[in-house]
Amino acid sequence: MKNILDIARVVRSKNSGPYELVLDVMLKDRALFDALRASGQFSPERVAKAYGVGLDEIRNIVWFEPANAVKVVMPRRIVSGAPGDSDVYGAQQHAPLLGMTFDL
Amino acid sequence: MKPEFKILSPTAILGYGFPEASFLRGMAEKPDLIAVDGGSTDPGPYYLGAGKAFTDRTGVKRDLRYMITHGVKAGIPVVVGTAGGSGAAPHLEWCREIILEIAKEEKLSFKMAVIPTDVDKATIHAALDAGDIEPLDLVPPLTHEAIDASPYIVAQAGVEPFIRALEAGAQVVLAGRGYDPACFAALPIMKGYDEGLALHCGKILECAAIAASPGSGSDCAMGILREDSFVLKALSDDRKFTAESAAAHTLYEKSDPYHLPGPGGILDLTECTFTELGDGTVEVRGSKHVHTPYKVKLEGSAPVGFRTISIAGTRDPIMISTIDSIIDAVKARVGVILGNEAKAQVFFHIYGKNGVMGGLEPLKGATAHELGIVIEVLADTQEQANTVCSLTRSTLLHYGYPGRVATAGNLAFPFSPSDVQAGTVYEFALYHLMPIDPATAFPFRMEQVG
Repeated sequence: MKNILDIARVVRSKNSGPYELVLDVMLKDRALFDALRASGQFSPERVAKAYGVGLDEIRNIVWFEPANAVKVVMPRRIVSGAPGDSDVYGAQQHAPLLGMTFDL
Repeated sequence: MKPEFKILSPTAILGYGFPEASFLRGMAEKPDLIAVDGGSTDPGPYYLGAGKAFTDRTGVKRDLRYMITHGVKAGIPVVVGTAGGSGAAPHLEWCREIILEIAKEEKLSFKMAVIPTDVDKATIHAALDAGDIEPLDLVPPLTHEAIDASPYIVAQAGVEPFIRALEAGAQVVLAGRGYDPACFAALPIMKGYDEGLALHCGKILECAAIAASPGSGSDCAMGILREDSFVLKALSDDRKFTAESAAAHTLYEKSDPYHLPGPGGILDLTECTFTELGDGTVEVRGSKHVHTPYKVKLEGSAPVGFRTISIAGTRDPIMISTIDSIIDAVKARVGVILGNEAKAQVFFHIYGKNGVMGGLEPLKGATAHELGIVIEVLADTQEQANTVCSLTRSTLLHYGYPGRVATAGNLAFPFSPSDVQAGTVYEFALYHLMPIDPATAFPFRMEQVG
């Protein structure tokens, strides 16, 4: 069983515009990218579980081979900077991914 | 074969700075263009709504002094997009005044094109009535009220208005809100370079050396356009471009890295390749620009009230273990005291519990040995916000929660005064697409500086 930090060199979150949050995981190399993708373990279901959200909040998962990266698209629950927001840039919403493990 | 076209991008955001040595190294390459995009919606809705820059004036002037002075003396066009961070009329004027000051101080004389990109509200109302306004993903439909409530509404201009200004002989182009790559891509597209490559190159250069490894938003980068590719080059020995760093940047802040929509087209990167040339540079090929009906993104923020905050902390384990019920009780007590006057919204940001992730925090039960508490109050007037914040702070300070042993006070305040008036609060109100005619939209004003 591998922790995400054993296979990834970047795990981050950021706004994609004020209404959307994106999570990026960049794998250490192409082999790990291919293995993770083929394993099906970085799935909408598992990401939703890590965040404790419904599957409908995982809007898309995109695999981007040129950067050995996989991207998750979620709605921001509160629009950037609107009343009640806690992270205007969305740059600190990645931590639940750090607890993910994979059997590769 | 077309000759190489070199674009110097000094910094990711005007005002973030760059090492002089990197800039001079870029100038030694004899660039064909010096460009920077000054903007982003990242810092939130305040700056557009309030008409204020999110960058420091001294920092912006320092960066512009290098760009304008070297560009004008060498006859290299200098193109600045998204003036003042948000690109509305006050931001544009703020940046224009800085450039005029620099010209005077450095005794420079040049033609400057200023391109406002504010959109007339009547035009947007009419487009809304005609059913021509389209919300971006996750954005609610536009209303006439939102248009009227937004002090400034800007559109992200494409390359066309920049090209017209450059064709008219502008030495310096200063634009309002621009599509990030437009200030980089306009001149090469005007000179016949491939649109897809020019826009993709601009998309990477708009963050300057952030796309290099190690990345930095305050260092220079160079993009070199060729007939059928472009090359990315770092301008400091501290960093280089790698295939992965360049490709990774394409992911950044994007929901779909293969298809990047912009004014009048989509940048299609499905066939794109990134190749390291072995000298710290990366060659990019295969970026395509696919034309779509011409629409621009509108941005606007509307005021929603006034904010007062109070910052405090607690180190008491009994209080920490029951913090949720204490907060609920304090909110209820404040509500009882204020009665119908309590039109305020009160938010507790509890750092050490869920202050960063709020409702998205999956660790529900965890608490630290100390908690930071930010009391945030939003109300219709500053006075109301002050009143409710004051009452909430004093109620929490002295609230006698079950099991309390520290009866002198529940909070540690780092500051006196403990409460801070934060002024008008804005929220994003427009983030919608509107069709425009690129042949006529956003005319420039040419002025002779110096």
